[in-house]
Amino acid sequence: MTFLELTEGPLWYAAATIFVVGVVWQIVGIVLLGRKPDRSVPRGSALAGAVKANVLHLWPHGGFFNKTGFHLVAGYIFHIGLFVLVLFAAPHIVFIQDHITGFGWGALPRWGFVLAAEAAFCGLILLWARRIGDPVIRLLSTQDDLAGLWLTFIVMLTGCLALGESIEFLRALHMLTVDIWLIYFPFSRLMHGFTFVFSRGYMGATFGRRGVTP
Amino acid sequence: MTDIAKATDVFMNKIDAQVAAHLDACVRCGQCSEACHFYQVTGDPKYTPVYKLKPLETVYQRYKAPLSGIKRMLGLAPPELTASDLEDWAELVYDACTLCGLCTVVCPMGIDIASMVRKVREGFSAAGLVPEGLTGAAQRAIEIGSPLGIKPQTLEKIIAEQAEEVGIPIELNKVGVDYLVILSAMEVLNFYEVIGALARLFKKAGVTWTISTDAYEATNVGIQMGNLEIAGTLVGRIVDAAEKLKVKYVISPECGHAYSALKWEGPNLLGRDYDFEVIHILELMDKLRREGRITFKGKDDRKLTYHDPCQIVRRGGIVREPRDLLGQVASNFVEMKDCGVYNICCGGGGGVSANPRAEDLRLKAFAVKKAQVDDLGGVDALVTSCANCRNVLEEGIEHYGMDLPVIGLSELLADYLDDEGDAASAT
Ligand code: SF4
Ligand code: SF4
Repeated sequence: MTFLELTEGPLWYAAATIFVVGVVWQIVGIVLLGRKPDRSVPRGSALAGAVKANVLHLWPHGGFFNKTGFHLVAGYIFHIGLFVLVLFAAPHIVFIQDHITGFGWGALPRWGFVLAAEAAFCGLILLWARRIGDPVIRLLSTQDDLAGLWLTFIVMLTGCLALGESIEFLRALHMLTVDIWLIYFPFSRLMHGFTFVFSRGYMGATFGRRGVTP
Repeated sequence: MTDIAKATDVFMNKIDAQVAAHLDACVRCGQCSEACHFYQVTGDPKYTPVYKLKPLETVYQRYKAPLSGIKRMLGLAPPELTASDLEDWAELVYDACTLCGLCTVVCPMGIDIASMVRKVREGFSAAGLVPEGLTGAAQRAIEIGSPLGIKPQTLEKIIAEQAEEVGIPIELNKVGVDYLVILSAMEVLNFYEVIGALARLFKKAGVTWTISTDAYEATNVGIQMGNLEIAGTLVGRIVDAAEKLKVKYVISPECGHAYSALKWEGPNLLGRDYDFEVIHILELMDKLRREGRITFKGKDDRKLTYHDPCQIVRRGGIVREPRDLLGQVASNFVEMKDCGVYNICCGGGGGVSANPRAEDLRLKAFAVKKAQVDDLGGVDALVTSCANCRNVLEEGIEHYGMDLPVIGLSELLADYLDDEGDAASAT
């Protein structure tokens, strides 16, 4: 078995399984902790509050737009760039078709790909610089936050190196980092990619009952 | 001695799905610091809201998070909490958080930090780390009936004086009336004119009401300190009195935390529903206004603005009512920037003003509120609907040498009440 066959074969399936089981385990584990029923007489709808909070917190509100512009821009360009890359880069579509869905979809033209990659790198580096440079974020950051950033950066970097697809080793290296990233995900703060819905939702539900969405 | 085991136990019990989702979703972006007045005035990263939760987060990540067992095995879980961790955090938890909830607004993950600081306080209370100012207030509330030590006899005297001043009899402990009025200690001590104001407003509206000498205190220091037993006892007193007097409603007064305690926390603390409804004084006034039972004549033409008490607005949902009421009695009302749900705290809520240790920091933090008011280019008076906010605002105003009277909304309404032709005789 070649290095590539290993990382795209057994290692990939193991990593994907750990990712899916770990993420589901985490989410189910959190939800099963439950919440005590709230006996207070509601003024509004908890469900509407949960939905509203999820939408409202997509964008700064309450006069914080100017104060949070850096995160807004860096955060969005990184995440959008990354999702576009993951879902619309031609080699990814082929991989997803062969290994997950059985069907594919249209890929981005090369210029779109380059733009998305630049956006993702630019956003990630900005967030990284901020994490290291800002005293507040430095105080809050743990090894886990830094490891998550490093891993994501390395995955993206090896992805760029593998672009030519001509050197099998580079492609295998990229797959290896993806596999490690997937295994690390459920154990780390990268889980925010799923838990944000619950965090906003629970808060929105609590206050939705009170007739307000902060 | 700091009881770390008890604190850890409480944290374990307090971590539910919401807390877990919040702690897991935090991306450590630090944006919450932009909302916190304590960080804004000091620039010290330790005042970053989510950092105040570290003791709770440590216990969560070490023991309760899904997969924490594997992390412990691999040595990836955070180390055990120590007594000195808690002692170091007591200032952040009690002195540097007013539970105002503005950090939730800015947080992209919608994390309800204020509610979790409250839970952290419960652990600290179990560990014996409540600041003296709050333990003293709790003792007075339990033994005397008021955190400021106001005895029933003193209250009766103040009520009699107010009744005489407005010429309306106020009957205490009257069974079968519709409404039970409770008051915050700060109102009874410093802003007792509100009692006369209510008497006039209720007389005009034909509202039947009483005050109980068994339960006249609305504030709940148990919640502020994080002692749910005391919190339950204090809420229980009001509920017992209301049910004994067979009232239909208990009116939560002009006090932010009192409203949270009675309306939102109370039924959960007692584990049962009330036999009456809780209505906030602003909701009641607005209802009476809409029904035409209170009308006003003339308007205050000073340039007035309104300070929203955090627990009534952002965490209580009463946003429209004070504005509609002000519209009836103020001809030159201006809103502060980021008012309503996004308003800036006075700096003394959540028990901070009852904690002398926090005084310097609180007065510093008032600079953020001051800037919000100054932004209006000068106003003649500040209206609010929380006696604690009012007191804290007055202290801040004095500290910064400002010339700005603070007015309670009910009193302002009473000043412009059209007393002609009473709707019904008052009880
Ligand atoms: S703003 Fe929210 S997500 Fe960011 S550090 Fe503060 S609590 Fe965490
Ligand atoms: S609730 Fe208010 S005082 Fe407490 S941390 Fe958040 S912004 Fe600061």
